[in-house]
Amino acid sequence: MAAESIVEVASLTHRYGDRVALEGVTLNVDRGAIFALLGPNGSGKTTLFKILTTLLRPTSGTARVAGRDVVAERDRVRGRIGIVFQKPSLDGKLTVLENLTHQGHLYGLWGRELRRRGEEVLEQFCLTDRASDRVETLSGGLQRRVELAKGLLHKPEVLILDEPSTGLDPGARADLMAHLRELRDRHGVTSLLTTHLMDDADRCDCVGILDGGRLVTLGTPAALKTTIGKDVVTINGGNPASLAARANEKFVCKAEVVDGSVRIERERGHEFVPQLIEAFPGEIDSVTVGKPTLDDVFLRQTGHRLWMGGGT
Amino acid sequence: MDGRRDMSAIPTMSLLLPAMSLWRREMVRFVRQRSRVIGALGTPFVFWLLIGSGLRNSFQGAGVARPTMDFLEYSFPGTLVLIVLFTAIFSTYSVIEDRREGFLQAVIAAPAPRMAIVLGNVMGSTTLAVIQAMLFLLLAPLSGIPLTIGSVLTLAVVLTIVGMGLSALGFLIAWPMDSTQGFHAVMNLFLIPMWLLSGAFFPASGASRWLTWVMTVNPLTYGVAAVRHALYIGRENATTAPSLTISIAVTIGFALVMIVLAGRVAAAKG
Repeated sequence: MAAESIVEVASLTHRYGDRVALEGVTLNVDRGAIFALLGPNGSGKTTLFKILTTLLRPTSGTARVAGRDVVAERDRVRGRIGIVFQKPSLDGKLTVLENLTHQGHLYGLWGRELRRRGEEVLEQFCLTDRASDRVETLSGGLQRRVELAKGLLHKPEVLILDEPSTGLDPGARADLMAHLRELRDRHGVTSLLTTHLMDDADRCDCVGILDGGRLVTLGTPAALKTTIGKDVVTINGGNPASLAARANEKFVCKAEVVDGSVRIERERGHEFVPQLIEAFPGEIDSVTVGKPTLDDVFLRQTGHRLWMGGGT
Repeated sequence: MDGRRDMSAIPTMSLLLPAMSLWRREMVRFVRQRSRVIGALGTPFVFWLLIGSGLRNSFQGAGVARPTMDFLEYSFPGTLVLIVLFTAIFSTYSVIEDRREGFLQAVIAAPAPRMAIVLGNVMGSTTLAVIQAMLFLLLAPLSGIPLTIGSVLTLAVVLTIVGMGLSALGFLIAWPMDSTQGFHAVMNLFLIPMWLLSGAFFPASGASRWLTWVMTVNPLTYGVAAVRHALYIGRENATTAPSLTISIAVTIGFALVMIVLAGRVAAAKG
């Protein structure tokens, strides 16, 4: 890639005692990209988030954010990143503006400059008329917007978000992605987010899939999906194991049983459906044909579904 | 990136700005939580009623310099310290709540030095503790201790130093904890005995040998003694406790050591 890397992770390993949380992860994030770390719980993405936000020292390997080493130049990294935590980090007893002012002080902003930045982010996230409301009175979606405003107050080069869509309804999730795109397009801010939701990852410029502490694959959502290439045919019916075995025999395909359904990757899936139904009359309840999703990519790479929880 | 400042360029600012901000937050939160305001104003009166009236007649004045001193008067400085202890320590436990509720994670991840978190918290707790103790001080004449401008000002200073030491101790205990239950255990097993054995409740001279020894090494003994001296400043000194100079020196030393230790603990664990 020709673009400049703003996050550079090399052979990063982290162990909690005997348990390996991250193993030899190497990845780069281009400046100005929206990058998703996709993985189930226990895949190591939160550990990676903590290392990149300087909250955890890696066991071995290096990580550089905005050109600075997260261990050796910790405070310099801290000044250059904005963080949005999964758990709310606002003080509910304080107003929106008081929360922002406090955040500014922690980042060395004060006086007129702080006031100006406060007004800017309030406006950017349509919070100006809520500035003097106490945070505890705001809805979850609004609070998340305040978190974003707070994370961006000191003009970070990189915004790092841990499971930002947790607890948000679909509308608020779409809003969040729109805000990240606007930040990218208008201010050149890079976003790095962790998620266990495919459709979040699908909306990002680049996806790194983590499982069991390893980076299993990396690329744009479109490129990752073309690695599957074929259509995905999913069959629901009475006896999936027997159906899969007989389908393999009859059509020379690689039918597998995944979560109680028979799953077949096949070119020209729509032409395959009538043949299936004729071959197994009365045994099939439903057949669906789909383009591959990131979930299929995940399954191909790891051998299990994303939302079943990853083995560590 | 015009909005960023390199905080390391102005070291004092990088420490004081976040510390003052955290202090201010403690004040705002206190005022907005009505139950805490009522508790702060009510507690001194309850203490005075309980300790003063309840034990007044059973106190024999053993080991007290002036035989005419009754328990109401003897226990007054200790009660002031108890108020500081309770308020200071219970405000530091906001650290545990802040950690649980998530507020602390953003503070920890900011470039502000950890010492700023310690100072902000200690100053906030101390402010509340001293205000509350000074309110209780208004009752001093009722227990036979006349107040002068000199004694009130000296007390404000002494109580502030005592408060900073105790707040920093509270911070030290609260920082590594993630539940408030553990804090209560420490409170009961360690902090209350520390107060009981500080000369607040009974003088060292009347106690058994090992208790006297414990009281001598207990830093809070010197805090209570300093408060006792301050209360009687410029008048007949009615105490067998350590001298004013030693008391103040130990109290300042204790506060400094606690603050440094709190800074270490805060820097060591996220």
